[in-house]
Parts: sequence; structure tokens; C-alpha cells
Amino acid sequence: MADNPTVEFALRMGDNCLVLGQNVSAWCGHAPVLEEDIALANVALDLIGQTRMWLGLAGELEGKGRSADDLAFLRDVREFRNCLLVEQPNSDFGQTLMRQFLFDAWHHPMLKMLSGAADARVAEIAEKSVKEAAYHLDRSTDLIIRLGDGSDESHHRMQGALDRLWRYSGELMAADAIDEAVVGPGLGDIEAQYKDYTSKVFGEATLTIPEAAFMQKGGKVGLHTEALGHMLADMQFLQRSYPGAQW
Amino acid sequence: MYAQEVKSTGKGVLSLEEMDPVERAFQEKVNAGVKIEPKDWMPEGYRKTLIRQISQHAHSEIVGQLPEGNWITRAPTLERKAILIAKVQDEAGHGLYLYCAAETLGVSRDQMTEQLLSGKAKYSSIFNYPTLTWADIGAIGWLVDGAAIMNQVPLQRCSFGPYSRAMIRVCKEESFHQRQGYDIMMKLCAGTLDQKAMAQDALDRWWWPSLMMFGPSDAQSVHSAQSLAWKIKQDTNDELRQKFVDQTVPQAKYLGLSVPDPDLKWNEEKGGHDFGEVDWEEFFQVVSGNGPCNADRMAARRKAWSDGEWFRDALMAHAEKHSADKVAAE
Ligand SMILES: [Fe+2]
Ligand SMILES: [Fe+2]
Repeated sequence: MADNPTVEFALRMGDNCLVLGQNVSAWCGHAPVLEEDIALANVALDLIGQTRMWLGLAGELEGKGRSADDLAFLRDVREFRNCLLVEQPNSDFGQTLMRQFLFDAWHHPMLKMLSGAADARVAEIAEKSVKEAAYHLDRSTDLIIRLGDGSDESHHRMQGALDRLWRYSGELMAADAIDEAVVGPGLGDIEAQYKDYTSKVFGEATLTIPEAAFMQKGGKVGLHTEALGHMLADMQFLQRSYPGAQW
Repeated sequence: MYAQEVKSTGKGVLSLEEMDPVERAFQEKVNAGVKIEPKDWMPEGYRKTLIRQISQHAHSEIVGQLPEGNWITRAPTLERKAILIAKVQDEAGHGLYLYCAAETLGVSRDQMTEQLLSGKAKYSSIFNYPTLTWADIGAIGWLVDGAAIMNQVPLQRCSFGPYSRAMIRVCKEESFHQRQGYDIMMKLCAGTLDQKAMAQDALDRWWWPSLMMFGPSDAQSVHSAQSLAWKIKQDTNDELRQKFVDQTVPQAKYLGLSVPDPDLKWNEEKGGHDFGEVDWEEFFQVVSGNGPCNADRMAARRKAWSDGEWFRDALMAHAEKHSADKVAAE
């Protein structure tokens, strides 16, 4: 894999979408209001659609004949390349929305930058996804502000969610040689934009970013939290139980 | 159907001559196929029957998210996962249109939700059966959405405008639901022996509950006549059930599956199938709360509602705060 950084990079992008989409989709039928059931299903659908493009590209470039489905359903935990943030469990609706916001605030500028990537196929997927990501970010921004600056209880819950999840935001920005090879020199801009944007939104939401948080990382190189294994056990059940079957 | 237990007034159907002039004018409008709109005069019984029918229908869409939602995280491919999410999302959308249609009759969504969660309002018996294998997702699309289409196509011509228009939107999406279900079944039946067995097992378990969706036999259903006269209903339960059997049996044959009814056979004379008697005892048990999943379904809906309370309250609190800001600024 190391000989083509785009393979690894596409796995990271695809696994982020897959793991987050999988988590979000579990809300279908259980959200606090009907409109949220519908909106979350939209987000999950967009993310699963993006997964198919990124993992499709990764499989093709890898050249071992693995399809997007093979990559999604037949890899084990250590081969997953998503960041730790997206695999954090749904928990309550506040944590789900905070996780989404922390991701969207990175995902959107990242895709915008990738739309101009040197690799035309990466640029093409980014361009197809960037509008969806913009919509996700608008939506999660709006909800973070309203819930942070809502009732005492919602403020408390959102602050708790931020305290818990902020430690996973650093990994999104921690670029390595693979990111640099595919994204190019603009990576520092994404980090600056992220800091700007999140502090502006949290200010409006009356939420406080935890000081001196120790940033967790490892997902990008396959070192995950325990939650991911359980998710895969659920998600991969049919493919694992009936090897080789077509669905 | 999605509103299997709708009770109308219970009075017999009056003839035009027996009606007072306002009611007669209403009935003549209905007879002439003119749509009744929310602001128009309508008999109290008509309004009540519609509220019950539309809200039961809406509740069925909402509870109906659960059995299929049960397989979203385990769908076997990315494409199947996306299709299933889109399908369950459509059902939530149907619930939304229907609540809106019922609201035009003077009942709020919160009131209807309260009635569902307190157990006062009913929803379709079919959603109280468990989805045990992936084939159940195929069987639901094929049979349950198939039965829903059979019921909802005539409801597009319902006399009440908002309900009729909601059904027109809903029906456009239902055929996709049925197709995706049948497609899952085709894939399974063309697959391994295990997969085919899974498909047969799903048909065995969903066949009779699907026939129950049309509600009790006309002989037992005292309320059909008034609903038919008001054009809230267009066909009797038995007519729709017969149509469903006639449509579905050849589809099962095409899949190479057998329908679990020893009495099923083609009747040349009537140009339709004869089939066995539905277990009505089971139906009434399920409707009255004793189906295999009634308790779980209600618990899931109650949990979603009570866990979501802080979220709904917070949005209100935010809106109030900021409308106060605006007023202060003026
Ligand atoms: Fe529906
Ligand atoms: Fe449907």
C-alpha cells in the first residue's frame, strides 16, 4: 500500500464516511422528532454514497481486485483508517450532533481543498461531495448554536459532549506524509480554518473549548478505540456468516 | 390495512332522503366526486372517522420504521444499506405528510403522538412481527409494501382532499419500496441454498400477517358501509385481500417459493384464487397488544420521545430567548 499514497488516503476518507454514516444511520426511527429522523437519514445516505466512491477508488488503485464492499465488509479493525472521532458511539443525541459538527467543520474545508487536488480522480470525488458536506456543516452548526444556547439542560449536555469529544479533533488535522502527498501544501490552511470556525461557533453557542486537552490519535494508522470492533461485528455480520454469497 | 380498526359512528348509513339539507348537500358533493376540504362543512362522524384513519395510518408509518430499521446497520452491501436507509426515510416522510393531513382536521401532531405512546391509538398489526433475518427485509418490501400499495392506490381517490393528495405523493414512493423488496428476494432465491432457505422462511412467516393487513373480513367489519358511502374507503377488505393474493401468488412462483397455504388453488370460475382462512384470533391478539413485538415497538417509540424531550425543549428555549432579543432590539 505504501507505494501509492492515494490508496491509503482514499481509505482514510472512505472509512471516515463509512464509520460515521454507519453510526448516524442507527438513529433511523429513534430520533427526538420526525424531522430529525429524516435529516439524519439524509446525512447517512450522503456519507454512504461518498464511501462507495472513496473505497471504490482505493480498491481500484490497490489493484488486488477488491471492491468497495470487500473493503467495507471484509477488513478487520486494524485495517480501518478512519479517525477516532467518527467511531465514538452515538450515546445521546447531543454527543451525536457534537461528533457530527467536529467532523463537518473539518470535512468541508478538506473537500474544498481536495477539489483542486493534483490527482484528478481525488478531485472528482471531492467535487461531488463538497456540496453535501457544506449542507451537513450548515445543519450541524445551526444545531450546535441552538442547543448550546438553548435550555440549561441542553447547554450542560452540549458542553459535556464537547468536553468528551474535543480530544479526538486533533487527529483530523495531524497530517502525515500521506496527507501531504495527496493534499499538497494547503493542509495548514485547513487547520487554521478549523480553529477559526469552531471557536466562532462555540462562542455563539456559549460553549467553552476544553483547555490543554490531550489529543488522542491512532485511527489513521489502524489503532482504534474499542467501539470500532463492535461496530464491525454488527456491520459485517452477513458477509462474514455467509462467505462468498451475493446479496 | 394501515388503519385496520377504524370505527366509524356505528349508526347505519342514512339515505339522501333521511338527511337534513346540509348533510345531503355534503353527501351529494361526495357522490359527485368533489373533494371535501378542511374548511368545508362535514358531518362530525366523517371528521372523527378520518382523524382516526389518517392518524392510524401515520402511526403505522412511524412504527413501521422500526422493523426495517433493525437491519440498516447490518445490511449486507453498501448499496443495500443506502437503499434501505432511503426506504425507511420515505416511511418517516409518509408519517409526516399524514400527520399534516390529519392536522387539517383539528388535531395536533403532539396530541396524536400522545395517543400513540399511551397505547390509545392503534397502528398496523404487521409491524408487531420481528425481522429475524435479512430475507425479512425482502419480504417486507415485497409483501407489506405490496399490500400497502393495494390499499393506498384507491385512497388516492378518497373524498377528503388532503388525505387524497397525501396518498398520491405516498404511492409514487411505494412502488420503489416494493421493487427493492422483490429484488432482495430474487437475489436470495438465485443465491446459495442457505439464502434460498432464508427467503422461504421469510415468506412462511410474513404471508399470513400480510393478509391480515387488510383487516377483518367484511362480514365482521360493521363500519365498512358508512366509510364506503363517504368515499373514505373504496373497496372492501375482502376485495383488496383477494386482489393481493391474486397478484402475489404468481410472483412467489416466479421466485420458486411456495406460499404456506395448503388450501390455495386457482378457481377458474371466479377467475381468482381460493385461499385458506386467516387466523383471526391471532390478528385480534396482535391488534390488542399481544403480538410478538408490541411491547418492544412501543418501548422504542416511548424511549425516542422521552430521550428527545430535552432536545425539543432546547429548540423552543432558544427560539424564545432570541425572539425576546429581537423584541428588545426594536
Ligand atoms: Fe409508507
Ligand atoms: Fe413503503
